[in-house]
Amino acid sequence: MAADAVTADAPPGTGAPDRPDRHVGESLGHRIYHSFILRRLVRSAFVIWVVATGVFLMVRLLPGNPVDVYINQQIALYGKSYEQAAAEAQNYFRFDPATPIWRQYLDYLWGLLHGDMGSSIATPGVTVTEKIAHYLPWTLYSVGLALVISITIGLLLGMIMAYRRGGIIDHAVSIIGSGFHAIPNYLLAILIVVVGAVQLGVIDYTRMRGNVSPGVSPELSFRFLSDIGYHATLPMITYILTTVGTWALIMKASTTQVLGEDYVTVARARGLKDSRIQTNYVGRNALLPLIAQIATQAGFIVGGAIFVEQTFSYEGVGLLLFESINTRDYPMIQGVLLVVTITVVLANLCADLVNAALDPRIRLGEGGAA
Amino acid sequence: MTATSPPVPAEQNVPTPAKSAGVSPLRRLFSELTRSTSGFVGLCLVLAIVLLSVIGPMGVGTSVPGDPARAWEAPSGQHWLGLEGAGKDTLHLLIIGGRTVLMVGFLAATITTVIAVAIGALAGYFGGRFDALMLQLTDIVMTVPQIVLLAVVGAFYKLDSPTLLALIVGVLSWPVLMRSIRAQVLSLKEREFVEAAQLLDVGWVRIVFGEIVPNMASYILINFIIAVTNAIYAMVGLYLLGLAPQRGVNWGIMINDAWTKGAMFNPDAMPYIIAPVTMIVLLQLGLILLTRTLEEILNPRLRDR
Repeated sequence: MAADAVTADAPPGTGAPDRPDRHVGESLGHRIYHSFILRRLVRSAFVIWVVATGVFLMVRLLPGNPVDVYINQQIALYGKSYEQAAAEAQNYFRFDPATPIWRQYLDYLWGLLHGDMGSSIATPGVTVTEKIAHYLPWTLYSVGLALVISITIGLLLGMIMAYRRGGIIDHAVSIIGSGFHAIPNYLLAILIVVVGAVQLGVIDYTRMRGNVSPGVSPELSFRFLSDIGYHATLPMITYILTTVGTWALIMKASTTQVLGEDYVTVARARGLKDSRIQTNYVGRNALLPLIAQIATQAGFIVGGAIFVEQTFSYEGVGLLLFESINTRDYPMIQGVLLVVTITVVLANLCADLVNAALDPRIRLGEGGAA
Repeated sequence: MTATSPPVPAEQNVPTPAKSAGVSPLRRLFSELTRSTSGFVGLCLVLAIVLLSVIGPMGVGTSVPGDPARAWEAPSGQHWLGLEGAGKDTLHLLIIGGRTVLMVGFLAATITTVIAVAIGALAGYFGGRFDALMLQLTDIVMTVPQIVLLAVVGAFYKLDSPTLLALIVGVLSWPVLMRSIRAQVLSLKEREFVEAAQLLDVGWVRIVFGEIVPNMASYILINFIIAVTNAIYAMVGLYLLGLAPQRGVNWGIMINDAWTKGAMFNPDAMPYIIAPVTMIVLLQLGLILLTRTLEEILNPRLRDR
């Protein structure tokens, strides 16, 4: 919902100063320093480190933190001694209370680098990493595919809307898009169940729950692929319907803007074919703000997955987070927060790289100073 | 309706500060808003829901009597929307359930807007290290999905009052807005009136908050409305999932209650689940229509020709 045309943000990395002559006679060190991809990678790593540190502080140091809560709970509920409870907490959260806090912090980071995020409290004997590895692919698959479908449809609709401003399609998409945009995704999910499944009976909600039908094993076969497609339909419809209007409007706005540019007029004056102008001149340039938006939207949809997956019992990280919060499985919550953030950081990185591939100004750090 | 626009950098849709003699820009905006159909509908929806939720409870009282023997009674002449699981009148709950939603929405949006405008204006005006630091900070905060963070914070620390919830939502959501405010300031600070103020040496506080910020008033207004929409989305979601304490009455709690009690399988109980959903959707629709119309007014290029 954060993605309206006005809030459309400049592509990140706007701080780069203007130095047009920078490419003349540069040393290798300079070139590495100014490498766009490298800078993006370093920045992504930096963001992940900051978030990991934030989670550490939140879990370990703030008053009322989960470790203290867990220890006190064990003492109060099961009459365990402090040492025993602390030892258990240490096992679940992977830290050693005897060492100084900076040491614990380093151990924690070291663990993260090795994919060690502690053990689940709710399901004993399973590590957080194992559990997330089991749930995450489903969310990536359903959210990712929905995002691709939604962007493709939105892009086409947006371009049509911009070319035929004031036409029937423009009005219809604007109205329907606003309507669906107004329905928060979790409410749309509930409406689909209430109206589609219970009232009208057109959706076999009970059969569509979960990720795969019982008895279907993961393999590269048509049966498996169609089955996971079937089970992901409802969450994906929810994601697509609630976002497609936004994409269309962003695309309409940016296409409209590009259509007014001089180079489009020049292309027309040169008598280029309409199809060529539409793809090479308008489409490519109009796409840029759209891609910059993917970053914010990806995070938004992944966030919305907590609500949507729970409603449809789709077993992705959203549902995992919801269940972990309900069972107070703190190491799990911490792990999901980290993994989801890393996913979004990587999505951002991809969007940045695609953007740079399409727009040399960004790659060279000369333009984009919005 | 001829808003003259001076040359504007291509990648920004900078609204022109309307400086016509006599009429304040906000009033002009308002009259243009009511002239457009969607803007008018949006305004009416929002006003109707605000009035219902603010004045309604005064008329019907905030305590709802419940008669468990009459749980899930179908809608009737006496109870238009039927009764819920504890035998309370659904319509009554609906009327008093909007207060928290609106309060949290507007409070959170106010907090967000104040933080974003203050930081964004200063960062944009002064640039330099503060600007770079703030950009870096927004980069990080924007990366963590807000809903996930809210849910986690809610799980770690008890968010027992709606005010606290509003505070957290508000504090977490400023980065996006701060960035666009900053971009606006960057272009506004090159304008003549700012230069004039600088020459008069009136001090940066007056230049930033007396000259630049008022010139973004309509832009800030749009973003305030967007912030309200987002805050309502976040808080209703948390209540609905049961991640915020289920105390008091609000639309999110009603939906959660209906969902967990399986109201959707009971045809008589349908209003109990559909009614709060409708209220939230109408409120969001109203807010979005308002935003869209204001955007079109301020950015004539988006308008139909």
